[in-house]
Amino acid sequence: MIPGPFSYHRPTTVADAVKLLSTLGDDARPLAGGHSLVPMMKLRLATPEHLIDLHDIAGLKGVTRDGNNVLIGAMTTQHELLASEVIAKSIPVLHEAALLIADPQVRYRGTVGGNVANGDPGNDMPALMLTLGAAYRLEGPNGVRKVAAADYYQGAYFTAIEAGEILTSISIPVPAAGHGHAYEKLKRKVGDYATAAAAVVLTMSGGKVETCAIGLTNLSETPLLADAAAKAVIGTSLDAASLKKAAAAAQAIMAPAADARGPVEYRKHVGGIMVMRALQRAAAKAA
Amino acid sequence: MNDMTPTREERSAALEGMGCKRKRVEDIRFTQGKGNYVDDVKLPGMLHGDFVRSPHAHARVKSIDDSEALKVPGVLAVITAETLKTVNLAWMPTLAGDVQMVLADGKVLFQNQEVAFVVATDRYAADDGINKVKVEYEALAPLIDPFKSMDADAPVLREDLAGKTSGAHGPRKHHNHIFEWTVGDKDLTNAAFSKAEVTIKEMISYHRTHPSPLETCQCVCSFDKIKGELTIWGTFQAPHVIRTVVSLIAKLPEQKIHVISPDIGGGFGNKVGAYPGYICAAVASIVTGKPVKWVEDRIENLTATSFARDYHMTTEIAATKDGKVTGLRVHVLADHGAFDACADPSKWPAGFFNIVTGSYDFPVAHLAVDGVYTNKAPGGVAYRCSFRVTEAAYCIERAMDILAQKLGMDPAELRLKNFIKPEQFPYHSALGWEYDSGNYGTAMRKAMEKVKYAELRKEQAAMRAAFKRGETREIMGIGVSFFTEIVGAGPSKNCDILGIAMFDSCEIRMHPTGAGIARVGSKSQGQGHETTWAQIIATEIGIPADNIMVEEGNTDTAPYGLGTYGSRSTPVAGAAIAMAARKIKAKAQMIAAYKLEVHEDDLEFDIDGFRVKGLPEKFMSMKDICWAAYNSVPPGMEPGLEAVSYYDPPNMTYPFGAYICVMTIDVDTGVYKVKRFYALDDCGTRINPMIIEGQVHGGLTEAFAIAMGQEIRYDAEGNVVTGSFMDFFMPTAVETPHWETDFTVTPSPHHPIGAKGVGESPNVGGVPAFSNAVNDAFSFLGSTHIQMPHDYWRNWAAAKNLGVLAA
Amino acid sequence: MAKTHVTMKVNGAEVEGLVEPRTLLVHFIRENLQMTGTHIGCETTHCGACTVDIDGMSVKSCTMFAVQANGSDITTIEGVANADGSLSALQEGFRMMHGLQCGFCTPGMIMRAQRLLKENPKPSEEEIRIGISGNICRCTGYQNIVKAIQYAAAKINGVEFREAAE
Repeated sequence: MIPGPFSYHRPTTVADAVKLLSTLGDDARPLAGGHSLVPMMKLRLATPEHLIDLHDIAGLKGVTRDGNNVLIGAMTTQHELLASEVIAKSIPVLHEAALLIADPQVRYRGTVGGNVANGDPGNDMPALMLTLGAAYRLEGPNGVRKVAAADYYQGAYFTAIEAGEILTSISIPVPAAGHGHAYEKLKRKVGDYATAAAAVVLTMSGGKVETCAIGLTNLSETPLLADAAAKAVIGTSLDAASLKKAAAAAQAIMAPAADARGPVEYRKHVGGIMVMRALQRAAAKAA
Repeated sequence: MNDMTPTREERSAALEGMGCKRKRVEDIRFTQGKGNYVDDVKLPGMLHGDFVRSPHAHARVKSIDDSEALKVPGVLAVITAETLKTVNLAWMPTLAGDVQMVLADGKVLFQNQEVAFVVATDRYAADDGINKVKVEYEALAPLIDPFKSMDADAPVLREDLAGKTSGAHGPRKHHNHIFEWTVGDKDLTNAAFSKAEVTIKEMISYHRTHPSPLETCQCVCSFDKIKGELTIWGTFQAPHVIRTVVSLIAKLPEQKIHVISPDIGGGFGNKVGAYPGYICAAVASIVTGKPVKWVEDRIENLTATSFARDYHMTTEIAATKDGKVTGLRVHVLADHGAFDACADPSKWPAGFFNIVTGSYDFPVAHLAVDGVYTNKAPGGVAYRCSFRVTEAAYCIERAMDILAQKLGMDPAELRLKNFIKPEQFPYHSALGWEYDSGNYGTAMRKAMEKVKYAELRKEQAAMRAAFKRGETREIMGIGVSFFTEIVGAGPSKNCDILGIAMFDSCEIRMHPTGAGIARVGSKSQGQGHETTWAQIIATEIGIPADNIMVEEGNTDTAPYGLGTYGSRSTPVAGAAIAMAARKIKAKAQMIAAYKLEVHEDDLEFDIDGFRVKGLPEKFMSMKDICWAAYNSVPPGMEPGLEAVSYYDPPNMTYPFGAYICVMTIDVDTGVYKVKRFYALDDCGTRINPMIIEGQVHGGLTEAFAIAMGQEIRYDAEGNVVTGSFMDFFMPTAVETPHWETDFTVTPSPHHPIGAKGVGESPNVGGVPAFSNAVNDAFSFLGSTHIQMPHDYWRNWAAAKNLGVLAA
Repeated sequence: MAKTHVTMKVNGAEVEGLVEPRTLLVHFIRENLQMTGTHIGCETTHCGACTVDIDGMSVKSCTMFAVQANGSDITTIEGVANADGSLSALQEGFRMMHGLQCGFCTPGMIMRAQRLLKENPKPSEEEIRIGISGNICRCTGYQNIVKAIQYAAAKINGVEFREAAE
C-alpha cells in the first residue's frame, strides 16, 4: 500500500495555492490533514500528480468570534477545535461531535475544513454545519464566494466547489443563548464512520420546542437537513407521538447504503432512533 | 545461623521460579523499540517483492502482460506461474495433504489470490510495478455458499483434481468435496436418539474470521550462490517445520537452509502455514542472487493468508426428561476455501473437533465432517485455539443451552448434572479421547458463587418482567460456558506434521559461573517464553531465572521442535525443558556427591543446591556445582553440564474453565453492553500467574471480538467486504470489557510439572459465553438460536424477527 | 521522481535525508533513519502502531509524508528512555503491569500514552481508554495497558500507585 508518485507543493498564501490548483487542473489536489486522501492514495484509488499542502498558509487556522458569527479556519484541526474556548462557549455541539470523530491521533491532524470540504458522506462535520446554518468561504481564481453548507453537498464526493477553489473558512451563526443541542452517533467502534447519526440544535420556550434544526450523517449520499422532521416537533413538548412523527419524517429522506454496518432497513431504523434521542437530549439541555 | 543467612523463603524467592509473577525479560527491549521483527531485518542489496492479486473470486487467467511493469524504474523481474514451473514450484503441498497454487496457474479461485510476484529495488518500485502488470481474466461463476458446493450443477473449482475420486483423507463424493471424516458409533448413537425422551436439533454456525496479529506475515530470503545456502528470516510459529518443508519442496539440502524466526508480533495461528509469499521470495532470491523481502499488507493478510472457523454444525442432543444427556450427533459442513490448507496434524482433517462431547458424560456420540471447496481464501487455521477446538466448544456449549431451554432447566444446572465426575478420570470419551484430569463441578460452583449466579437470575427475571410491561427496552442475558480444551499436540502415536512426530525439545547448557542457556524448539510470539522457560529451569535446578538465557527460533542452534500453536508450548516444550533440567540435576547430584564425599543417595535437593541428608551444614550450591562441572567431575565422567531432551507426550492435556458473561442489549438499536465477564481457568500448575492473567485477558478480548462482530464476510460475487481494519471488527480499549479472572488448580497427572497450557482457553471458552449471553437474553421472547456474530444490526434483526420492535 | 531534501529533529538530533514526495514518514524513520521501533500494523490509519510525537502531537506516521515533517521536532520510541538509559516511567509501567506481550503495538502505545499524560497528568480509567483508542493491541485486552499508564501517572505525579482491585 504505497501511494503513486506526485509532486509536492507547499504554498504560503491562498493566492499561490489557488494559482497552483488552477494551473495544474484536475491532476492537483489540496492536502489538509490527509486522513481521507492519503489512505485513498495508498490504495491507489486516488492518484493525484500534484499535492498542494495547505499547512504553510498563514491565517487558515484558528477559531474566532466575529459578532454573531464564529469563524473557523479551514486548517483548524479537530484537536484545536476541542481546545477552543470559543467553541466551548458558543457552539458546544461541535465539541461533542469532534470527540466522536475517528481517534485521538487522527484528531491532531484531521482538519475541520478537510472534513467538510471533500463531500465524504461518512464525515460528521457536514451534518453539523447544515444544522447550524453554516456557510463556507471558497477562494478561487475568480475571487471569493460564500456558499451555504445547505447548498454545498451534491453527491458523494461531489460538491459545489469548482476547479481551482479552496475552502478557506467556515462561518457559523452562533445559536441562541440557552439553546439545546446533541449529536447522537451510533458506530461500531472508535474510528468507524456512523452507522447513523443525528445532530439537533433547538430552543425551547415554555416547555415547547420553539426552533429546531436536525442534521443527519451517513444516511444518504450527502449529509441531510431533516426539515420536515424539525417542523414536526416545533410547538410540541416532544411527547412520544411527536418524536415518532419526527423520526418518520427523517426516515422518509434517508437513503443509506447497505454495508458492513447493516442493511438499509436497519440503518434507517436506527437513524430514526438517533433523531429521537438527539431531540430528547437536546431538549434536556435547553434552558 | 546468623542474620545474614537467607531463609529458605528468601532463597526460593531469589530464584524467581515457578509460581512467581516474574517480570518479563523481553520487555526491556520491546518497551524501547529494540525488538527485532522481520521487517526490521535489512541486508545489503536487499530487494522487495509484492503481489499482483486477483480482483475476481473465480476466473480464468487469459494472459499476463508484464512488459509495462518491467519498464518501471527499479522493477527487476515479474515472476508468474510459468516462471515457477521451470523450478517445479508453481504449486506447493499444503499441511492438509492438498496442493495449492503458489501463483495463479490458469485460474484464480479466490479474490486477492496471488497472480504474479514483482521484484524491485524497494517497496515503492514494487508497488508501482504491480500496478502496471496487465492481467486479462475471463470471469467464471463464483461458488460462495458452502451449502451449495455439492449441488449437481455447482461450478467445478479445482480442475486439477478432475477424475480424482479420493484425496488425502479418503473418498470424495463430488467435484467440490474434499473429505468426509467420521468418528464414533453411528448405530449406537442412532439407537440412543430413537429411544430419547427429549431431543434438540440446531444448525449452529461458526462464521469465518481471521487471527490478524498486529504484525502481518513476512519474510526475508537470502540465497548465497557460492555456498548454496538459503537463509530465511520469517514470521514463523514453527521454524523447523518451515526448514523441512522448504528442503522437501525446493530440493535443497536441509543443512543448507537456515530458518530464523526473530521477534514475532503475534501469531494466533496465522503464522503456522507456508504461504506463496515465502516461496516467491525464496525463488526470487535464488534467481537474482540478492536478498528479497516480502511484507504482506493488512488487506492481503485479511483476505489471503489463512482464515479460521467457517464451520456449520448441525447438532443434535438426546436426553432424558430430567436432563441427563444420552447421545450426541453432529454433522459439520466445513468450508475450506479454494485449497485445503488447514493447519492440522496430518491425520486430523477436522483437527480435534471430536472433543465436541465437551465436559459432559455422553455415553454415545457420532460425528461426521464434510470438507468442501468454495471460492474463498484457503486456510482453516487454529485462531488462538487447538485444532478446531473452539468450533467444538462453541458447538456443544451452545447446544447444551438449547437443551436446557427445551427442558426448562437452568443452563448451569444442566451442566452440573452432566459433568464428567472427578472419579471418572482418566475418562474415555465416546469420540475417542482420554481426558487426563478434571474437577468440573468445583470450578463451575466456584464461578457461580463468585458472580452470585442466583441473584443474577433474579435480576434477569425482574428485567424481563419490566420489559414485558413496557418499562424498559433493554434485555439481559447471562451466558454460561464450561469448556474442556484439548491441547499439547501431541503424542507421536497420533500426531504428526508431514510425517514428523509432534514432540518438542530443549537443550540446556550450564556455564561454569552458574549461568546457562536454554534453547527450545518452541517459538514465542508474545507468550513470554524467555521469561517462563527460565522459571521452570530455575525451580528444577535451583539457578536464578535471571541467570538462564532462553533462545528460540534459530534452526541452526535450537533443537528440532514443532513450534508454538495449539497451546502446545507448555504441555510439550515445557515438559522437554523440565526433563532436560532434570538431566542436568541428575548429573549435578553425582558431582555434588563426589565433592561432598557422600553417596548420591545420601543427598537431597534443597531449593538451590544439594544437602547431605541429616547434615544440614554439608551443602553444595548449584552455582558451585556448575563450577565443579568444569574442573573436578568424578573420575570417568565427562566434564561439562549440558543436557538435551526430546519430549514425546504420553497424552494431550485438558485445560478447562467456567466463564460467565452478563450482558444487556437495547432491542431498538441492537447495541449491547457487557456488564460483567468472569473467567475461571484451570490450566493445572501455574508457572507465571502474571503471564497467565495476561493471556486470559488477551484471549477473552479476541473471543469478544469474534462473538460480537469479527467476521470475514463475502458478498455473493466473492468480494471480501470486511478486508481492512475499518470493517473487520478489531475492538479498541473503549469497546473492550473489563475482565475478572480466577482459577482452580488440577495438575495434569502425566506432565512433568503438571502444567496444561492456557493461552487459548479464553478464546475457546469465551466465544460461547458471549454467544450464550446474547441467546439467553433473547430466549424469553421465544428464540432458540441466533447465529454469530452478534453485531448491532444482527441483534436488532433478531429483535425484529421476534416481533418486539415497534411498527 | 525527483527527490526532496528534508531536515528534522528526531529524538533531539538533527537529521536529514533525500526523499520522494510520496515517501511516508514511517518509512523515512524506519528505512532512512534505521529506527525500527516505529511499526506498521494496518496501513489504513486504524491501528496506531506507527504513532510518533510530532511537535507535541500524537501522529500516525503511516498517514503523513516525510516532506510534510520537514522542520519538525519528532520523538520516536527510541527517544523515550531517561537520559541515563533507564526506562521512563511509562516504559517501566508497561513492564511492571504486564502491559505488553508480543511488543508490536507497544512503541505506538507508549508514544500515545506519553502525550496523553502530558496533556492530562491524572487521567481517569475512562480517559485513558479513550486516549489510547487510536491504538490497537491484539494481545493484552488493554486492561494491563490501562494499569501501566496509571502506574506511570502515579510515578510522574510522585504518588503511590495502588493497583485497582479486581
